[in-house]
Amino acid sequence: MRLITERPDTRPTPAASRDRGGPQQPILIVNGLRKYFPIKGGLLQRKVAEVKAVDGVDFSVMKGETLGIVGESGCGKSTLARLLMHLIPKDEGELIFDGDPVDDIRGLSLRDLRRDLQMVFQDSYSSLNPRLPIQDSIAYGPRVHGVGKAEAAALAADLLNKVGLRPSMFGARYPHELSGGQRQRVNIARALALDPRMLILDEAVSALDKSVEAQVLNLLSRLKRELNLTYLFISHDLSVVQYVSDRVLVMYLGQVVEIGPVDAIYAAPRHPYTRALLDSRLSMNPLERMSEPPLSGDPPNPVNPPSGCRFRTRCAFAESVCAERQPRLAAADGGAHLVACHMADAESGHGRAGLSAPLH
Amino acid sequence: MSDVNAATLADFAASEASPPVRGYWASVGHRLRYDYATLFFLSVIIVVALLAICAPWLAPFDPTKTAMAYRLKPVGFKNFMLGTDDLGRDMLSRLLWGGRTSLIMGMVPVGVATVIGGFLGVLAGFVGGRVNTLIMRAMDIFYAFPSVLLAVAISGTLGGGIKNGMLALTIVFIPPLCRVAESATTLVRGLDFVEAARASGATTLSIILHHVLGNVLSPILIFASSLISVSILLGSGLSFLGLGVEPPTPDWGLMLSALRSGIYIQPLVCALPGVAIFITSLSFNLVSDGLRQAMDVKA
Repeated sequence: MRLITERPDTRPTPAASRDRGGPQQPILIVNGLRKYFPIKGGLLQRKVAEVKAVDGVDFSVMKGETLGIVGESGCGKSTLARLLMHLIPKDEGELIFDGDPVDDIRGLSLRDLRRDLQMVFQDSYSSLNPRLPIQDSIAYGPRVHGVGKAEAAALAADLLNKVGLRPSMFGARYPHELSGGQRQRVNIARALALDPRMLILDEAVSALDKSVEAQVLNLLSRLKRELNLTYLFISHDLSVVQYVSDRVLVMYLGQVVEIGPVDAIYAAPRHPYTRALLDSRLSMNPLERMSEPPLSGDPPNPVNPPSGCRFRTRCAFAESVCAERQPRLAAADGGAHLVACHMADAESGHGRAGLSAPLH
Repeated sequence: MSDVNAATLADFAASEASPPVRGYWASVGHRLRYDYATLFFLSVIIVVALLAICAPWLAPFDPTKTAMAYRLKPVGFKNFMLGTDDLGRDMLSRLLWGGRTSLIMGMVPVGVATVIGGFLGVLAGFVGGRVNTLIMRAMDIFYAFPSVLLAVAISGTLGGGIKNGMLALTIVFIPPLCRVAESATTLVRGLDFVEAARASGATTLSIILHHVLGNVLSPILIFASSLISVSILLGSGLSFLGLGVEPPTPDWGLMLSALRSGIYIQPLVCALPGVAIFITSLSFNLVSDGLRQAMDVKA
């Protein structure tokens, strides 16, 4: 009889060998995801209202692609990211990761999901433990998953090399001894430490200055190629999203208003909100100088969103039908480009419905 | 462009010896090693503690043996190196023995309160919600009374004696330590690195041990070390009021109160217990200050 039982080998298997569904199976399918945050008030702290942060979001992410998510501040992008990471519990909806529903009882356990799906946060400083040398921060994830101390340290050094930081120079440093760009490289290395198949980048380059941002973007595209990753790229910077994404998802007040291939969306947006967002970019051409903002005012309060189409209060083409019925996300041109607007639906009863390119 | 930068950086790095990866506590120790002021005051505390511990062997006389012929004699009188008190007892022996009670009164209540208050505070801060409300409101009840009054009330109810005095001081110190631990934990819990640790699949216990404690322990320890001098003074105060140590057991606070009346006859001798309290609490305060600096990674 053996007195000392060996520790079970819980080391992550290589990412590629964890592919279950094959190349055609979307790596992530999100169905009807919903999250309302309660607002408590009064003496007894009872729920008086709800912030409808994410309200019925459906989309899927194909293997190896980069899906960009854009929208104004407060539209629910970061809540969506945290919901996907299961950092906050969802109210409703279904997540299917590579064919398996994420569910501890049947399907993919949370622990397994977190090996496959990792996240890079926006704030490069607060997302690193200030009292841990960065090498230990990177090695922490593998340690949690049962990798030995020496092996985890070697893995961390290897990852630092991969993100362009020399381990012998940077490994022993603390987060405050690094620049913002270097810290974000460390955060990327930390996210990669569990050998994930998909990364959620929540405004991961937004806080960096332009030249460093470009370096980190190049690093991300190199890593994606080398490690066969899938990215969910959340940003408010439309130019960056255009540069990195294969497909783009546009969110407004917790809902998806348009999703499609990046070229189709940037060349011919079908939703007036997308159009306004794209128009708000600064042009290099002085002849295209704007004096009127394409989109005025703040988004409505997500506690009490407008009836029907949520964008109608700021939409130049709003008609009575927009207040009555909520437009469904439906194919606009061909199959890949989906839009939730009555103008794109020939049978909606909207005055401009069925026009081939109503916004040009 | 980025590759060029990376390459030059790499060459630059290769020419230098790489620093060892030092853990957090090792780096604190490293910084303390070069903080000579803190080391000096730390050694003062160690000397005081050693003197108190070795009192049975060092004290030239029995600290409770009275001699009416030698009342309030000056420093250096005959064999009494530091003079005698109002009952003719040897001051040196009493100061050595009194250090024992005073240091115990200073460190034991703070140590016990740090463990209990720190645990409750980290629990309240990390779990949040109702647990937080329950613990922190309970602490607020204690805050309703001034600390001296609370200590007097508790030891007055329990009766005198050193054990009850220490119990009273422990109860007094739990709420402030709990509050410091709770606010530090609440602050850390909301930071992204805790979320990132959770996203990597770590359990709550592992997150607390590896990510929360390291960031929370330093404010708690710094605050606790500053409380030691408060505890010595409060303990002396209790003894002064006749609630802590009971005569004839020597204790710095008790000695100070008993010698009040002799201050015009032998000012130097009567001030000695006060000097002992002053040196000890000053050293604890300055060591606590040095600890705060050493625990700050940015220093």
